[in-house]
Amino acid sequence: MSAHGGGGAAATADVVEGVEQPRLDLARRFIQGDLAELRVVLILGVIWAIFYIQEPRFLSSVNLTNLVLQATAVGLVAVGVTLVLLLGEIDLSVGAVSGLCGAIMAVLIEQKGWSPYLGIAVAVLAGTAIGLFQGSVFTAFAIPSFVVTLAGLLAWPGAQLEVLGETGTVNITDSKVTGLTSTFYSDTVGWIFAIAGIGAFAAFTLLARQRRVRAGLKAPPLSTLVIRIGLVAVAVLVAIWVLNDDRGLPLAVLILLGFVLLFFYITTRTTFGRYIFAVGGNAEAARRAGISVRRVRVVVFMIAGTMAAIGGIMAASRLLAVNQSSGAGDFLLLAIAAPVIAGTSLFGGRGSVWHALLGALVIQSISNGMDLLGLESSVKFMVTGAVLLAAVIVDAIARRQRQAAGRV
Amino acid sequence: MNGNTPVLALKGVSKSFGPVQALSDVDFEVNNGEVVALVGDNGAGKSTLVKAIAGIHSVDEGQVLFEGHEVKISGPTDATHLGIATVYQDLALCDNLDVVENLFLGREKVGDGPAAVVHQMDETGMEKRTNELLSRLAVTITDVRAEVGTMSGGQRQQVAIARSLLGEPKLVMLDEPTAALGVRQTAMVLGLIKRLREEGHAVVVVTHNLADVFEVADRVFVLRLGRKAGDFDAREATQEEVVAAITGAEFGRNGDEAGGEQ
Repeated sequence: MSAHGGGGAAATADVVEGVEQPRLDLARRFIQGDLAELRVVLILGVIWAIFYIQEPRFLSSVNLTNLVLQATAVGLVAVGVTLVLLLGEIDLSVGAVSGLCGAIMAVLIEQKGWSPYLGIAVAVLAGTAIGLFQGSVFTAFAIPSFVVTLAGLLAWPGAQLEVLGETGTVNITDSKVTGLTSTFYSDTVGWIFAIAGIGAFAAFTLLARQRRVRAGLKAPPLSTLVIRIGLVAVAVLVAIWVLNDDRGLPLAVLILLGFVLLFFYITTRTTFGRYIFAVGGNAEAARRAGISVRRVRVVVFMIAGTMAAIGGIMAASRLLAVNQSSGAGDFLLLAIAAPVIAGTSLFGGRGSVWHALLGALVIQSISNGMDLLGLESSVKFMVTGAVLLAAVIVDAIARRQRQAAGRV
Repeated sequence: MNGNTPVLALKGVSKSFGPVQALSDVDFEVNNGEVVALVGDNGAGKSTLVKAIAGIHSVDEGQVLFEGHEVKISGPTDATHLGIATVYQDLALCDNLDVVENLFLGREKVGDGPAAVVHQMDETGMEKRTNELLSRLAVTITDVRAEVGTMSGGQRQQVAIARSLLGEPKLVMLDEPTAALGVRQTAMVLGLIKRLREEGHAVVVVTHNLADVFEVADRVFVLRLGRKAGDFDAREATQEEVVAAITGAEFGRNGDEAGGEQ
């Protein structure tokens, strides 16, 4: 997966300072966590290497494709969680919301005979509405988001039982719904997507540089950009090559990438995205700057609810059923752990939606690899926990380094 | 600009919080291209006065004239619209955002055409404007894309002051701008205040530091227990006179008879 991205600030800092002392600078920024994406890609590489040595099948195209498919549901939910973390808040209800919304979709389509489009739309909107409700309670009564969403974590599984009714399980047979995770595109389509994606990335990168040059601002050297574009191109081409070697480019991956790109754009290029970072960095300063902190918070919780619903629908599609334990168990914690492992701060104001995708891949790689090795769940849980802990410690060290370096 | 009419004039302003009389019958004015130091002991009413001008507190009695016209400032936005900018001591910066992002926070430049619909920001435009503003103020920040949290106290203060200037205010009020700064940082900030004066802004500086006062101010306005205790010409007054006015000690002349402007 592409390792570019990162906050706009990090990307440009690289640009301006990278000219004078490229090597020293790179090392410093790596330690201080400005290059969180690169760090997590390295972690991913290490994990993959370890599993590959133990079990060469781990890096087979079939397994890698499965791994990516397994990561989509968690990744989608984690995208919403990332935005909440950027605010410096937390949403503990996303797992429960994903289960409930998956159940709503399944019942509407399979039992009530609704059209799949309508069923999916209503389920997604149910997630949005839950986010609106929780965000409004959180802001209106100034109750910590932790507690409000903890209540949701307890309450929504009850609603899920209610929706599922007596049988407790609804099988999904509708081809539109199952197709969300079982559609694969032909090799040609895969290559077209790859070329188009690389072309678009190259065009945006170079146009952005040109705009800066024309405005008379410091611009990154062309060589840096060409290297960056080259790395992204290689990553994309290898990914497509691996996917094509198996069943082809999955629709689910496109859906996940689409949402990541959408929210990457929103968080880094629009005023609303800027306000999310501002509220997460210093809510009082944001308020005094005339930003409606409350509106930003409510909308972000609505996004988290929406993404939880979408993740729940993808999970249901992959499992071909919704049952009482959908969205339960470790689903919530994995969705929160994913962005954190990849470097999104729990203290707000720092992170990127790319972390949702990269972190979901890390977590899913660990889980998938240990399944391949036939390890017990007990070991799986402990290893995942250890990786999360290590990631958070690295984040804390990075923050301290940053503060130490800050006081010049 | 009109040299005779003060930018801001308060006449007989009073403000009480319940039984506490925070300001009583204060006359205060500040002109274009003038730096007025507002000094006084803790609880003398300095912040109440600043907050009244900034629209955070409303005044109970008295007149507020802005450029000769009577105005009512009933909220911070009223003050901003008139052209009054205030930099509070806590600066209200977002440490995780860079200089450009902080300067334009809440009033980002949005691109044209389709970009306007989705509120896509015009980053190059904002950065260009930031560079222009900082070089005009001779503020030396090497990288306007560096996070404000990594900067020194003096730089942060300069960023906060530069931000207040983005709306081209007529009056800038600074609350303790040199508190907790080292010697070099203080010099940096005082230099910036002098440039504000050269640009013709009216500046009010709240401070405890008398060295700063005499370094940068044209006039020293002393409050004591909510009343005006002196209004000195900074070139003529001595430190002892100002201290006496602040503390209310019987030293030399009373502040009201001193060589103030009125």
